[in-house]
Amino acid sequence: MPSTILQVKNLSKSFGENKVLNAISFLLRKGEVHALMGENGAGKSTFMKILAGLLQPDEGDIELNGQPLNKFDPLAHQKAGIAMIHQEIMMVPNLTAGQNIFLGREKEISGSFWVNNEKLHRKADDILKQTGLHINAGTKMQDLSLAEMQMVEIAKAVSYDAQVIIMDEPTSAISDREVEKLFGMIRNLKEKGVGIIYISHKMDEIFRIADTITVLRDGQYIGTDAADKLDYDTLVTRMVGRKIETLYPEAGTQPGEVLLQVRDFSLPGKFDNISFDLHKGEVLGVAGLMGAGRTEIALSLYGMQPAASGTIRLNDKMLQLKTPRDAIREGIGYVSEDRKSVGLITSLSIRQNMSLASLGTFSGNGWIRQQEERKAIEQKSAELQIKSSGISQPVSALSGGNQQKVALGKVLLANPEVVILDEPTRGVDIGAKFEIYKLIRQLTSEGKGVILISSELPEILGLSNRIMVIAEGKQTALLPRNEATQEIIMKYATPGQLHAQIT
Amino acid sequence: MKKTAIKPGQYGILIAFIIICIVLAFASPKFLTLPNIRIILTQVSINALLAFGVTFVIITGGIDLSLGSVLAVSGVVAATFAHPDTYPVIVPVCMGLLAGAAFGLFNGVIITKSKVPPFIVTLGTMTIARGLALIFSKGRPVSNLSDSFNFIGGGQIAGIPFPIIILIFAFIICSLILNKTVWGRYMYAIGGNELAAKASGINVGKIKMLVYILCGVLTAVGGILLTSRITTGQPNAGQGFELDAIAAAIIGGTSTAGGKGTMAGTLLGALIIGVISNGLDLLNVSSYYQQLAMGVIIIAAVVLDSSKNKP
Repeated sequence: MPSTILQVKNLSKSFGENKVLNAISFLLRKGEVHALMGENGAGKSTFMKILAGLLQPDEGDIELNGQPLNKFDPLAHQKAGIAMIHQEIMMVPNLTAGQNIFLGREKEISGSFWVNNEKLHRKADDILKQTGLHINAGTKMQDLSLAEMQMVEIAKAVSYDAQVIIMDEPTSAISDREVEKLFGMIRNLKEKGVGIIYISHKMDEIFRIADTITVLRDGQYIGTDAADKLDYDTLVTRMVGRKIETLYPEAGTQPGEVLLQVRDFSLPGKFDNISFDLHKGEVLGVAGLMGAGRTEIALSLYGMQPAASGTIRLNDKMLQLKTPRDAIREGIGYVSEDRKSVGLITSLSIRQNMSLASLGTFSGNGWIRQQEERKAIEQKSAELQIKSSGISQPVSALSGGNQQKVALGKVLLANPEVVILDEPTRGVDIGAKFEIYKLIRQLTSEGKGVILISSELPEILGLSNRIMVIAEGKQTALLPRNEATQEIIMKYATPGQLHAQIT
Repeated sequence: MKKTAIKPGQYGILIAFIIICIVLAFASPKFLTLPNIRIILTQVSINALLAFGVTFVIITGGIDLSLGSVLAVSGVVAATFAHPDTYPVIVPVCMGLLAGAAFGLFNGVIITKSKVPPFIVTLGTMTIARGLALIFSKGRPVSNLSDSFNFIGGGQIAGIPFPIIILIFAFIICSLILNKTVWGRYMYAIGGNELAAKASGINVGKIKMLVYILCGVLTAVGGILLTSRITTGQPNAGQGFELDAIAAAIIGGTSTAGGKGTMAGTLLGALIIGVISNGLDLLNVSSYYQQLAMGVIIIAAVVLDSSKNKP
């Protein structure tokens, strides 16, 4: 049995009345990848923050290599050997990888007040090589991909001799190929005896990389098991606390007549010659690798980044979409993949966000009819089951799933006929995912057309009537659901293949 | 949900204001007398008008440095149409407002069309407007104004100085625009996240244009008030006024990052500045020390505000 590095006993934490962690116990061994699972609000982030020294627990003990940790300070925890890789990259983009790795430690590396960049980069190169990364320490951070930046951050943790590395949704914004690289790095760290606490909402990933899985729910410890002893259904049931029969609800209705016709849609450098129809009550899945041009097509259909050529017809009416304003007016809605910078204004309240695209309907001569607005937002918010302390709560205080529902609510209040959903379940827990799927079914039963862009193939396959595959800006396939499998989609999505076979 | 003009976050400013008033009332017996309060409010009115204007701008994430110069231009323009026995008083007023609106439009157009940062555009406008004020008046003060024009800044209705009436009126209008209209909602949205505002179908350019025009018009009102009060159109008037106005907005809790601020806060900010300078005058403190005090207050207000916002 490998030896224990980190042991947590009876950890509790409350914020005011609200007990977010209740007597949690946790054990991490050398060279183990230990996944921490739970819905949003289960207490994962609070637990991580305590381990990283950002929060102080009310009760309980944490021991690192048998030594109790009682000073809750990020720097002390880092020195003791616990490193946290945050979801958002925390690096200085205009400095090099090496300079970032040793940021704050220049003096000890250089041995004097004057920074010795050469020595610093040499040392950084050693560390990068040690962790199996093929990145030159002299490369500026801004020239690296998101995944590479993340890996440099992990290398930085290694440079601190971290024995425990906490990774908070490390794959939320990186492509499949880069996930492979990251997993390679994780395996490398395992061999060196580093213990890894891994948080992710992506189930397939968890089963691939984790040795052990601990589930939290509503601040309670539910259980710990070896990953190979658990299956998908058991894990979901543990996380949600009830059995979810089918994740993808059945469609109640069949698609009707053509709603949207897109022909020869092109924007040089982004996408080329995209043509498809969308029927009333249909879900058109759009699959492809990250960066294939899926989001760009959506942005053009929404007028954010108008296409250079091609036509869009909605209900047989030719549309000229130059701004999102035009698109909303014509009945096209778009829920962005990037909630924080495109989808929402996080400093504003739920109410202010939700009514933003449809304020015209709640106002006359420029005056907002406050009562009417509040009623409509309260109703929509209840309909979408947004969990909040009220509609004047700022969106920044909501969990990812609830934020996504606010973004959805905003688009739906404008009453669109075509709804484009770009990665609608990214960073959303399984309960909220299921609710979003039900919502999609509800939209199609109302005769709306849904374009569903997603990197999760099970989601595409589970919900779509037809599937369009995009690779390097080109439409490589348009498949009926019954002809599509994960393998077929991946084949069409991989660039450089099969271009000759397109019909 | 209760509707109050002052949101919880602003109680700090309100308390600070009350404390300052109590201290000054003990320090000088003259401070809390009706004539002195009238003086304070009259003096505050011009800065408050400019501060209301710049609050709109700052909420959208912009800034306007041209206020002082635009105030001078609109004052000079108004004065040239305000000589006795020429035009009825409405003409100089409208011409002054038009001048202010024109500069606001100019700022707004350049900022939205060129993507040059507002700081730089309005820095340029500041000099252009000053130059035009001097050209227009040939560098000389424009005096000999009609009695009806001079009433605007110097007259009283039922014992209340006319500038105070304008101040209250402007405060109500600006608060309504910000809280009750689609425009106001969009201003907060743009300042909070411009890209998301655009993606929500907001005509961002139009709203930005609008806030600079609003700011220009409010500045012109200030310029007309000042010209009327000193009975002269001064091309050199208003230097540094933009900084006082921005200070009032910031003390009042408007965030220079955009998306946050209220008219009530800005009014309190302007009142704090006015009360302190009046109180120190009464106590015979030299204006050198007054400047020092003002700087300390601005920084203290923002430090307190930002420490309060930390989780």
